Amino acid sequence: MKILTNLAKTTALAAALTMSASFVAINAWAAKTDVTLGMVLEPPHLDPTAGAAAAIDEVVYANIFEGLTRIGSKGEVLPALAESWTVSDDGKVYTFKLHTGVKFHDGSDFDASDVKFSLDRARGEKSTNAQKALFKGIESVDVVDPATVKITLSAPAGNFTFNLGWGDAVIVAPETADSNKTNPVGTGPFKFSKWAKGSSIEMVKSDSYWGKPVALSKATLRFIPDPAAAVSAMLAGDVDGFANFPAPESIPQLKADPRFKVVIGSTEGETILSTNNKKAPWTDIRVRQAVAHAINRQAIIDGAMFGLGTPIGTHFAPHHPAYKADLINTYPYDLDKAKALLAEAGFPNGFKAVIKLPPPSYARRGGEIVAAQLRKIGIELEIVPVEWAQWLDQVFKKKDFDLTIVSHTEPQDINIYARKDYYFQYSSDTFNKIMTDLNLATDQAERYKLMGDAQTLITKEAVNGYMFELAKAGVWNAKLKGMWENAPVQATDLTGVSWAE
Amino acid sequence: MSAPVIEQLDAPETWRDVAKKALHNRSFLTGLIITTVILALAIISFFWTPWSITELDILLKLKKPSLEHWFGTDHFGRDIFSMIMIGARNSIAVALVAVGIGVLFGVPIGCWAAAKGGYADEVLMRTNDVIFAFPALLSAVMITAIFGPGAINAILAIGIFNIPVFARISRGAALSIWPREFIMAAEVAGKGKIRITAEHILPNMINLLLVQGTIQFSLGILAEAGLSYVGLGTQPPMSSWGRMLNEAQTMMSFAPHMAIFPGLAIVVTVLGLNLLGDGLRDVLDPRLRRER
Amino acid sequence: MLHYLLKKLLFTAITLWVASMVIFALLEIVPGDPAQLMLGINASADAVAALREQMGLDLPLPVRYGAWIGGLLQGDFGVSYTYSVPVSELVGERLWVSLPLAIMALVLSTVIAIPVGLYSASRRGTRTDTGIMAFTQLGIAIPNFWFALLMVYLFAIWLQWVPAGGFPGWDQGLFKGLKSLILPAIALALPQAAILSRVTRSALLDVMGEDYIRTARAKGLTARAVLWRHALRNALIPVLTILGLQFAFLLAGTIIIENVFYLPGLGRLIFQAISQRDLIVVESVVILLVATVIFINLLVDLTYALVDPRLRQGTGRNAS
Repeated sequence: MKILTNLAKTTALAAALTMSASFVAINAWAAKTDVTLGMVLEPPHLDPTAGAAAAIDEVVYANIFEGLTRIGSKGEVLPALAESWTVSDDGKVYTFKLHTGVKFHDGSDFDASDVKFSLDRARGEKSTNAQKALFKGIESVDVVDPATVKITLSAPAGNFTFNLGWGDAVIVAPETADSNKTNPVGTGPFKFSKWAKGSSIEMVKSDSYWGKPVALSKATLRFIPDPAAAVSAMLAGDVDGFANFPAPESIPQLKADPRFKVVIGSTEGETILSTNNKKAPWTDIRVRQAVAHAINRQAIIDGAMFGLGTPIGTHFAPHHPAYKADLINTYPYDLDKAKALLAEAGFPNGFKAVIKLPPPSYARRGGEIVAAQLRKIGIELEIVPVEWAQWLDQVFKKKDFDLTIVSHTEPQDINIYARKDYYFQYSSDTFNKIMTDLNLATDQAERYKLMGDAQTLITKEAVNGYMFELAKAGVWNAKLKGMWENAPVQATDLTGVSWAE
Repeated sequence: MSAPVIEQLDAPETWRDVAKKALHNRSFLTGLIITTVILALAIISFFWTPWSITELDILLKLKKPSLEHWFGTDHFGRDIFSMIMIGARNSIAVALVAVGIGVLFGVPIGCWAAAKGGYADEVLMRTNDVIFAFPALLSAVMITAIFGPGAINAILAIGIFNIPVFARISRGAALSIWPREFIMAAEVAGKGKIRITAEHILPNMINLLLVQGTIQFSLGILAEAGLSYVGLGTQPPMSSWGRMLNEAQTMMSFAPHMAIFPGLAIVVTVLGLNLLGDGLRDVLDPRLRRER
Repeated sequence: MLHYLLKKLLFTAITLWVASMVIFALLEIVPGDPAQLMLGINASADAVAALREQMGLDLPLPVRYGAWIGGLLQGDFGVSYTYSVPVSELVGERLWVSLPLAIMALVLSTVIAIPVGLYSASRRGTRTDTGIMAFTQLGIAIPNFWFALLMVYLFAIWLQWVPAGGFPGWDQGLFKGLKSLILPAIALALPQAAILSRVTRSALLDVMGEDYIRTARAKGLTARAVLWRHALRNALIPVLTILGLQFAFLLAGTIIIENVFYLPGLGRLIFQAISQRDLIVVESVVILLVATVIFINLLVDLTYALVDPRLRQGTGRNAS
């Protein structure tokens, strides 16, 4: 009897094992045209023209919605709904030639009137577009014929076609504009199919797409907010990849796993130790310089990002041709010099201050390390973790902070230093002048020179502590092709993605 | 029943009887030993830890357990054993104060409800229900949304949750004592409700409160770990077992020691306290179990 | 009885009303502007103002409270700020995860706990009993999220039997849905089962001490027959009370486990909504939860009253 039960047990176990083995086999060998990607944040809604959440663009950009232009994987401006364009000699009038035969996902036709509608809506008085400033320079939008649009600017703008490539500038249809939040209708190669809130969004190939059809038949984006859950989802094979993997600490392990491909790319995220420039003692440039000397960038990158990230010496993306690489040596790591500067500023024994840290791990972990580093020169930082809502309220709006750590992820956003009343409260007429000149300049060499001047100025004045450029750690199934290596804009562009045989 | 002796509810037990029972109670002894060790670690941590946990040395990161670092090091190169010692201090402090809040507010509320009865009782008990209906974690989330995260909020959230627990238990106990003869005798003697509660009801529920206090204490440690695990509790540079687990979880597959030791610390501490509570219940008054 | 019932109902209504005011007031003092949060740090001030107007945030406090309560009374829970869909729809979707999960965990813990408690009670004082009770102590002491992490590592990553988390939706098939809920259900059930088996055991032992059980034994019934026929049925009341409480807890108190397995449940909905300042969602879901618990309590009270007519006389001097 005993033998019999043992035998039964063994058989059951064997059966269970075979069964689980066959599950794995089926998953691995079936021909795949669908993909499931993990994403950290769920978008609040799906209308990129009415919200700043990066997660919106990460779902819809280039997949569901298209603009006149688009930004490619290297940050270049590419034509999208506009086939081509010409610029008048004074740089003020842009004439766009549109593609014909384009249809929205609901079957209606796309033409020049949709362009006029979208841009007028974005810059209108009732607009809730988060990047309304992008459209400020537009004086008028005119329909020349159904396939031609003329946009007149009040002053020449060097990066106007780049701006039109933002997710906030996509073209929507008047009939569906108001319902795009829950049921996005665009012209892209994928159409929206299902959103299980809190869980996933599904889109399927659009058969009526005007351009080159995509290889995938279906794409699912799954929301996995927790880094630990992301690691297990990847290891367990629940998702095929992450365009931007949230747990840098497990990158070495994933790299070693032949199932996965790990690609470290760049982003537009300058991660800085933002300093309240109008609050004592940070008003004293010597204090800010002392901090700059006391920060060991490599230790922060190693400790907080497990080695992922490029040290920066200013507020500019290191992969941009106008980046001034030598600025990183302006304030070398030197504790004696830092202490001397502090003493000179009247704090021989240091002082106490508060650092407010938003939720991302670069800020929370980075903050712990910065606190430990500044303790060495006598600055005792009290660590106050805040959620984004509190950060916006206390730091961004009320400017109630000493230091904070934030990654500024908008592309080419050095112009924020010219903003009046921006949260780190820098104001410099010299800087503002550089920005005005930059906006008017259309010659590339001159633009690059001005960008360089701007970088030099903010570094010299040690406005903020410049730490590192956020890396984009892409992790995906080794058989998946066509994922973006870098992130010049926040997007999960699936148009070129396919499975290898 | 001989009339004058109205104070005692049960046959008088001397401390020696209790101690004798305690020494023979395995559950009590095991619990006591574990609790003492954890307490000792927490107290020692005020004066000495094997390594400093405020200095980060990234070069030492993720070391496996060794003679030098008994439980290994974490991703910042901090010694995990030292962090667990300081974490013990944190867990105990949070749970203890939270129990204190529960007793301080809950017991008077419960006793008052039992003494008054009627609408006052009903209103209080319904209010209790509402607080109880609110998962502790939710109130912690709300408190954090208002004041920002920190150990104080963890204490508040757990403490608020403890109030209805103690209110219920003391109300129940008081209600079962009120009809007793010696209380009636006191009423006849003209003592007021407050006085009766203070002189006769409270002393008779001390044992019960002690037992419940131990249980809530261990629950408090679990709750603190949970809150810190989701980032609502204790903040750096103070160390907390829950936060250690949170930091460890992404590294489980290549640095399992980071997740195993803090987890075990929680299990052992809670287990010790539960055994102590169980033992206490048996030792102090076996009848309590049925009275509840 | 009618009088008693009416009074209970009146109290319930008042409690709910007070609770609604407290919840509303609490959320008003939570700092953070939902509109700013939605548009981000680069948004211009007039875009934020336009959105505030669109969301009705510019209206005075009493008007908004009135609108919310008025809506609730007509069964309208409002529209989520962030998702721009009706709250009832959101809650409905989440319930399809939270409810099955709670039921699974509850069934699992009952299926484990009642036999264990019974067995332990029938072997009272033996080494088996002591062993089982020590084991339940361990079950209570293990933090469920830690246990969940260990299980994910073992069953999802190493053995790859079940997914590490997420919920595919019931339209993907019953089996797939159950498969993704099984680990969270076990993690939730473990401490509940440990508590429940202790309750079952001590309830049984209490009943076994009663006179009528002794009588039954004296009549010559075997210990086992007494246990099954008399003791178990009478011990069910405390067990059911605990089960009711656990169910209410399992519906929304599972935020941590939902986080570990990134399940789209009710708990995480509230958690998310608070951090996104989606106030209307928080208010409506919390009042729903409070109402649920109050009604469960009311039902328990009424059941007691039906069982024990004496309780109807007094105004609640029922020892609970």
